[in-house]
Amino acid sequence: MIEFDNVTKVYDDGTVAIEDINFEVAEGTTTVLVGPSGCGKTTTMKLVNRLEDPSEGTVYFDGTDISELDPIELRREVGYVIQEIGLFDHMSVGENVATVPELKEWDRERVDARVDELLELMDLPPADYRDQYPRELSGGQRQRVGVARALAADPDVLLMDEPFGALDPITRENLQDEFLDIQEKINTTILFVTHSIDEALKMGDRIAIFDIGELVQYDTPREILRNPKSDFVRDFIGSDRTLKQLQVTNVAEVMREEVPDRYQGLVERERRDDIVAVSPTDSTQVALSRIIGADTDALPVVDGDRIRGVVTEDDIRQKRAVTTGGV
Amino acid sequence: MTAATSPLPTAQFVAFVGEYLRFAGDNADELLALTVEHFVIIVQAIAIAVPLGVLLGVLITFDDRAATVVLWLSGVMMTIPSIALFGLLIPYFGIGQPPVIVALVLYSQLPVVRNTYVGLTQVDEAAVEAGRGLGMSRLERLRRVQIPMALPVIMAGVRNAVVILIGIAAIGAFIGAGGLGVLIFDGIDHANVPQIVVTTVLLSALTLAFDYGFALLETFFRLRNGEEIEIPRGYALLTGGSQ
Repeated sequence: MIEFDNVTKVYDDGTVAIEDINFEVAEGTTTVLVGPSGCGKTTTMKLVNRLEDPSEGTVYFDGTDISELDPIELRREVGYVIQEIGLFDHMSVGENVATVPELKEWDRERVDARVDELLELMDLPPADYRDQYPRELSGGQRQRVGVARALAADPDVLLMDEPFGALDPITRENLQDEFLDIQEKINTTILFVTHSIDEALKMGDRIAIFDIGELVQYDTPREILRNPKSDFVRDFIGSDRTLKQLQVTNVAEVMREEVPDRYQGLVERERRDDIVAVSPTDSTQVALSRIIGADTDALPVVDGDRIRGVVTEDDIRQKRAVTTGGV
Repeated sequence: MTAATSPLPTAQFVAFVGEYLRFAGDNADELLALTVEHFVIIVQAIAIAVPLGVLLGVLITFDDRAATVVLWLSGVMMTIPSIALFGLLIPYFGIGQPPVIVALVLYSQLPVVRNTYVGLTQVDEAAVEAGRGLGMSRLERLRRVQIPMALPVIMAGVRNAVVILIGIAAIGAFIGAGGLGVLIFDGIDHANVPQIVVTTVLLSALTLAFDYGFALLETFFRLRNGEEIEIPRGYALLTGGSQ
């Protein structure tokens, strides 16, 4: 969907923002650009909607060299969310969301229907929020409006520049979780910039780690945790690499479907609701922490009303040993 | 029990004000006609000055050097005495209203251009950046984001200009433009103090009325932009107590 081919960006003052970047973003996936400040991740993202143009190399959008596309038209096909949100305070929430459809001159009914649909998606009931003004909203609500505005004209690509960076930790986590759900519904190609490796591991299908001006590793979260390519990446992930690995591994991957006899009692107790359980989509980090919390060595895995199997502390340990080659 | 040798303070006051009230009563028609004439001069000047000033203010946001020059020139305009400016304009526009209106337009440029420029450059950068990223052209950003957000500041400049203009327009009577200035010059010639006082009070009232009207407009734009401000009582009254 988006391809960077030997892209270099040098600013007018001689600063080299990025040098010789190559990578490709597959359609429908979320790619997170992550790295310390000043590493060129935001510049890389701005090349996609031509807020910046490359000094050398080419960026392709769906196979077309984007320098051949009209920047204004291109930006209307690419959603854009920034950390400062940048809502238009003189317009109501509904008018903010309607921005791009109106620029594209959709007819009134279509715009209205789309605005309501998006506010609904963002958990901002249109009847309550459409006519409110941005300053009446909380930070989290404002960024929801920011995301709705970016998605309004159903863009092929969504660019998000530290979208949750200015929010308090609790709001941030909630929005991340909601956005993961939304992501599945909209099936848009997303390019997401953050400086937080935790956010990158949580949000990304693939992660591009930047050091100053260069792309040092581009891989899936699991691969990056398993095989950090350099000391820089290893340091960037941090000393809790093991914990993070548990975070990106699902219970479903380590659980056993058959329930051994010695756990039968456990399953019974789960039915009576007096023991903690985990769901197959929980991370192994959650499972391990509950195992330790419940002072036991195994937990039932429950999916709705059904008991799917068990997950044991040993299984989690062994899975980790396999995936990391025993490191 | 004879009457006091000096009248009571209230009686003195009544005699004092009575003179003015009598003048105002006797000349009500002329006062009204000249106030309307004054009003019309101001409205004509604003009708030309505001679009011109806003346009200039918008244009100079594109070029810093032009901004410096234009703001400096409009500042210099303010230093020229109005009588001198009228004199300079008479060869080109004759006497009467035209040179006065031209002068008023020139005098109003500093507040209008400056406030437009400041208002536009102070608009929340994130909003402008978002507009750019969402695919607004430069003109669309101006029209949909920057100008609406800068309107309260622009309105404050217009308000400032009008207050200046009403005073200067009075001097325009000196070169035959009419308006309330006529009575002031006449009052000076005939040492008619009540005439000067009553006319001056009317001029001030006209100024305050304009000032208040524009203040309400400014409040309206600020509220519409979602700014949190204390709502003036007059505004609340006009809008039925609600925002």
